[in-house]
Amino acid sequence: MRRLTRTSITTLAAMVLLTGVSGATDFDYAKLEKGRALVNAGDCVACHTQDKAKPFAGGRAIPTPFGTIYSANISPDRDTGIGAWTADDFYRAMHEGVGPHGERLYPAFPYPYFTRMSRDDVEAVRAYLMSLDPVSNTPPPNELIWPLNIRTFMAGWNMLFFNKGTYQPDPNKSAEWNRGAYLAEGPGHCGACHTPKNIFGADKASKALQGGVIQDWTAPNLTAQTSEGLGGWSEADIAEYLKTGRNRLSGATGLMAEVVVNSTSKMSDADLKAIAVYLKDVGPSSAPSVSAPAQNFMQAGEAVYRDSCAACHQGNGTGVPHMFPPLQGNAMVQQADPTTVLRIILEGAKTAATAQRPTTSAMPAYGWKLDDQQIAAVATYVRNSWGNKAGPVASDTVSRMRGAINARKAAPQTVGTGARVDAQQSH
Amino acid sequence: MPLALNRRHLLSTGVAAGAAAVINPPISQGHEVSGTVPWSAGDANTPDFARSGDYQFLTAAEVAFLDAAVARLIPADDLGPGAKEAGATFFIDRQLAGPYGQAAHWYMQGPWASGEKTQGYQSRMTPAELYRAAIKAVDEHCRSTLGGREFTALSPDEQDKVLSGLEKGEIRLANTDAQTFFDALLQNTIEGYFSDPIYGGNRDMVGWKLIGFPGARYDYRDYVGRHNEKLALEPVGITGRPGWNPAKS
Amino acid sequence: MAKKLPPVDVVLVGFGWTGAILGQELTDAGLNVVAIERGGWRDTPTDFAVTFAQDELRYYYRHALFQEPVRETLTFRNSPDQTALPMRRLGSFLPGTGVGGAGIHWNGQTWRFLPSDFAARRHNTERYGAQAIPETMTIQDWPVSYDELEPYYDRFEYLCGISGKAGNLNGQIVEGGNPFEGARRRDYPNPPMKMVYGPTLFGAAAKELGYHPFPAPSANMSRAYTNPLGVTLAPCTYCGFCEKYGCGNYSKSSPQTTVIPVLLRKDNFELRTNSEVLLVNRDPSGKRATGVTYVDIQGQEYEQPAEIVILCAYILHNVHLLLISGIGTPYDARSGEGTVGRNYAYQIVSGVNAFFDDKLFNPFIGAGALGIAIDDFNGDNFDHAGKGFIGGGYLACWNTNGRPIENSPIPENTPKWGAKWKSAVAKNYLRTASVSTHGAVMSHRNNYLDLDPTYRNAYGQPLLRMTFDYTDNEMKMSEFLTERAADLARAMKPREIKINGRKGHYSIVPYQTTHNTGGTVMGDNPRDSVINRYLQSWDVPNLFVMGAGAFPQNPGYNPTGTVGALTYWAAEAIRSQYLKNPGPLVQA
Repeated sequence: MRRLTRTSITTLAAMVLLTGVSGATDFDYAKLEKGRALVNAGDCVACHTQDKAKPFAGGRAIPTPFGTIYSANISPDRDTGIGAWTADDFYRAMHEGVGPHGERLYPAFPYPYFTRMSRDDVEAVRAYLMSLDPVSNTPPPNELIWPLNIRTFMAGWNMLFFNKGTYQPDPNKSAEWNRGAYLAEGPGHCGACHTPKNIFGADKASKALQGGVIQDWTAPNLTAQTSEGLGGWSEADIAEYLKTGRNRLSGATGLMAEVVVNSTSKMSDADLKAIAVYLKDVGPSSAPSVSAPAQNFMQAGEAVYRDSCAACHQGNGTGVPHMFPPLQGNAMVQQADPTTVLRIILEGAKTAATAQRPTTSAMPAYGWKLDDQQIAAVATYVRNSWGNKAGPVASDTVSRMRGAINARKAAPQTVGTGARVDAQQSH
Repeated sequence: MPLALNRRHLLSTGVAAGAAAVINPPISQGHEVSGTVPWSAGDANTPDFARSGDYQFLTAAEVAFLDAAVARLIPADDLGPGAKEAGATFFIDRQLAGPYGQAAHWYMQGPWASGEKTQGYQSRMTPAELYRAAIKAVDEHCRSTLGGREFTALSPDEQDKVLSGLEKGEIRLANTDAQTFFDALLQNTIEGYFSDPIYGGNRDMVGWKLIGFPGARYDYRDYVGRHNEKLALEPVGITGRPGWNPAKS
Repeated sequence: MAKKLPPVDVVLVGFGWTGAILGQELTDAGLNVVAIERGGWRDTPTDFAVTFAQDELRYYYRHALFQEPVRETLTFRNSPDQTALPMRRLGSFLPGTGVGGAGIHWNGQTWRFLPSDFAARRHNTERYGAQAIPETMTIQDWPVSYDELEPYYDRFEYLCGISGKAGNLNGQIVEGGNPFEGARRRDYPNPPMKMVYGPTLFGAAAKELGYHPFPAPSANMSRAYTNPLGVTLAPCTYCGFCEKYGCGNYSKSSPQTTVIPVLLRKDNFELRTNSEVLLVNRDPSGKRATGVTYVDIQGQEYEQPAEIVILCAYILHNVHLLLISGIGTPYDARSGEGTVGRNYAYQIVSGVNAFFDDKLFNPFIGAGALGIAIDDFNGDNFDHAGKGFIGGGYLACWNTNGRPIENSPIPENTPKWGAKWKSAVAKNYLRTASVSTHGAVMSHRNNYLDLDPTYRNAYGQPLLRMTFDYTDNEMKMSEFLTERAADLARAMKPREIKINGRKGHYSIVPYQTTHNTGGTVMGDNPRDSVINRYLQSWDVPNLFVMGAGAFPQNPGYNPTGTVGALTYWAAEAIRSQYLKNPGPLVQA
């Protein structure tokens, strides 16, 4: 919830008086509102907040395959934040991934997506950030593996993988589709999670929105493919999910729960519809080829399911819409990568709670109750029952997932929770 | 005075919700909950399983006594295994070694008075102390009245008579009340026969199989309308049943 | 030294049903509300999940969800000439603790009292004459009527999503519902639960005998339901681990499943757990509460100032707090003077087992409020002339559980252990249905609560002392109801029955319901009540006291429905009257 506090208004007024600079420090309500909407769409607060009481002050640890990056302070503090940046500095950071002193930024800050934003929009974002309370905070230094800890190395990465450029509308598509494309591929940066990455951590361009794994969560396929993608979702389903955190088919958990609570639930209905229109138009990925599950695993899995899962998800897998997601036809359940399925079984999951859907329904943890083989069996069973067709799950996969969870619990934690997040990822 | 109340009330209704009605962060140490329902991944207030291994509380002699006693309270017969086979003694051992045995949650302050039956348990002994003292006292009673033999050396019929005497309060025990002990023993034996196997009793769910209790299930909707039918559902415990494990292929 | 905290508008002592409802209502009115709960945070996926909630030993026998006597208990005696001794372990009743209180482990049986219940003295006097009410029976009329409370019963039922069938819709008697109930404005929010075999058989037998069976009103969901606050509950799965247990799949109404998700989101609400209120503080005049003193789990004391103090800590603790804080005049049984602790009442229950050779029941397919009931013998629904008692109770065939330690019925004269016991249990476990009675308890001058002179709690405060026994009225009434239950059991055509009637004095040992009432009775004048019709203290106008302590005597129904209705009723009075003009809402 945004507050224009007395402090921030005073700061702005003071800046106008002292510096005589106009433009970004004008109290332009329309511009600030646009900026706020874009900051919501961009979910800036999630990465750039470590302490809920100090939003946008940076310092959140972002784990990447190459080490940990600490987010920057983007509050308008002059010394530790963006308070002394010019408008050009800010635009260059968003559009080119280059900082005010020429230093290259890491794409954990998704500038390959923000590059698509118009100058006007970027100005509005800056205006909004500048209107907030300045917070003095110097984030810890990044902990990246060599040679990535050398920023100039990013020049090569950019040459290979970065397509700089503002979004160009497609004249053959509707205004609504273009708006959705702009939001999804620009500030929304959906592909940052939902597009698989190559070994350099860059998007595999030919597999846009076909799903990825990030911080041990599966970001599912968003193409029109039926078993793994949004093929079974209507535009209304997509918009409802983004607005309220759940629909008849699914509920947002894990990292997506944060996205819903901090970002998409605050977007306008028109924008959410536009995103839905765009996503529904993304061509289907090719149907996955799956091997048949072993019968003994299916039988054991059914026994586990009936005794442990049916009380919420129903014997026939139809769940309780808006409460316990149906497993029948469920895209997350059928993702090629079973990371989220296993993680949820092991640790439980809490669905995002929003004002429209405040119920704080959560699935309990089963890791203490079921062993690796039993979890592999029940995961195999739900992935291959009631018409579902996805690859079987092996006990080893479960063991690895369990190991990863335990390792994460044992490591010292510095991840913050962002503002008003309803679903906490594990520590 | 009313003024303070009205002023704040007016403040909070006059402005957008949340803007003015913010409580100063208190400095109390009680755990504060606000904003979001607390939850964190993997959290579960799971039961305290009975750890396998040696007896933690009971001496070998006490184990022998209880094995004999529980075998009379719920005997093995044609219907199936009894309390001894179900592991009731082991169950009782783990219970006595834990908070129940220590009366950790009970009010154990004095003064002590025996009171009326309607006023309930008034002994200063914890269950662990009660068992220890009573087993000793019962054996003493047996030795002195049944030809120098302890409880374990009696015939089943003689053991039944002793148990009956305790149940009716006809036997006086040194330092303990016979009925109080018998009530606890019978209750704990039944618990050891019918509780979830994670507590060390009801081995192989023999208690549940005796009566047809399907155990730790949670969904019977498919069976609600099946009136007057035998369902024959395989019992399952909190940690499952054999069917949960894939058969060796 | 107690640390003094910044003031708030409202402090709620305890956070179960009444605390949650008031928190929601008063934050909606714009007030800053703090709830202080002695127990800890508890919620479905972490504390009573479907993965481990089915644990008879832990939850019923080791009392994992209930109040711990080591921390707080009471002393008990049957009559004033005895010495009260501590209730060292729980038995007869199971008070809650922690967020949600007993709202977590209740059955979900959700009733409305009869219109005549609210005028117990006047009605019985008119019908049966003044001599029908013995001099020592201290029943009195409520200062509210059923009609006044009707809209608030409705609110609580829609908050919870009660599954049931209306029997009286705006004066029109509806077939299949309870024809004796007070008129309601609309039907229940959810249809009745699908019924299992035992209650179905009972319903048929009841009809044969000319009674009027109906599905018992249930807070176990018959279908998925989203309540007016936008919170969703899931359908009940008849797991059989309902009463005394937490619900693992959001299908039993509780503060957590109906209110808390919405309430916690509000900026003007805060909950403090693991904090026990020790005292209600007042200004030097004694006529104004200034807040409460509480201690946290580390032993640090705090003073929380507030404009309004509301006791939501369950009748027993509410009475205890008033007595410890010196608010009002404690009741003295000898002189009959004083009101705090007066008119304590309870419930009188009995049952009949019916054993069959030719029928199979599946007792484990159960829910806390799954059953068929008849109200033909409740309240004054039948002619009491010549019977020697007033009041009554409902009869029901409940199918709540088949948990073997608790529920392995054996026929008459079966030994309690040994081979015969074992074979009786094996034979009868699946073949037994039961008819239970749930009777009223009238108030009596020697049934009361006060402070114990000897025993202390963990904080060094005197324990509450309970003096209680059933009187002739209850014993005669229960005998009558038990005979009716036996009739019904026989009409189900079993092989044999076993009557478990009331005998002897009330004992604190076996479980008999957690339906403690009275002690902070509501009335129309301060001479015979502690609070007025709006649950406002006569002595301290900015103090309100919730819960079943308000009942002047206890009718033959579970109390929670009326507790919920009274809470909404009081919240409305605070919002629409008290806030505009703080002070006594009723002139004595």
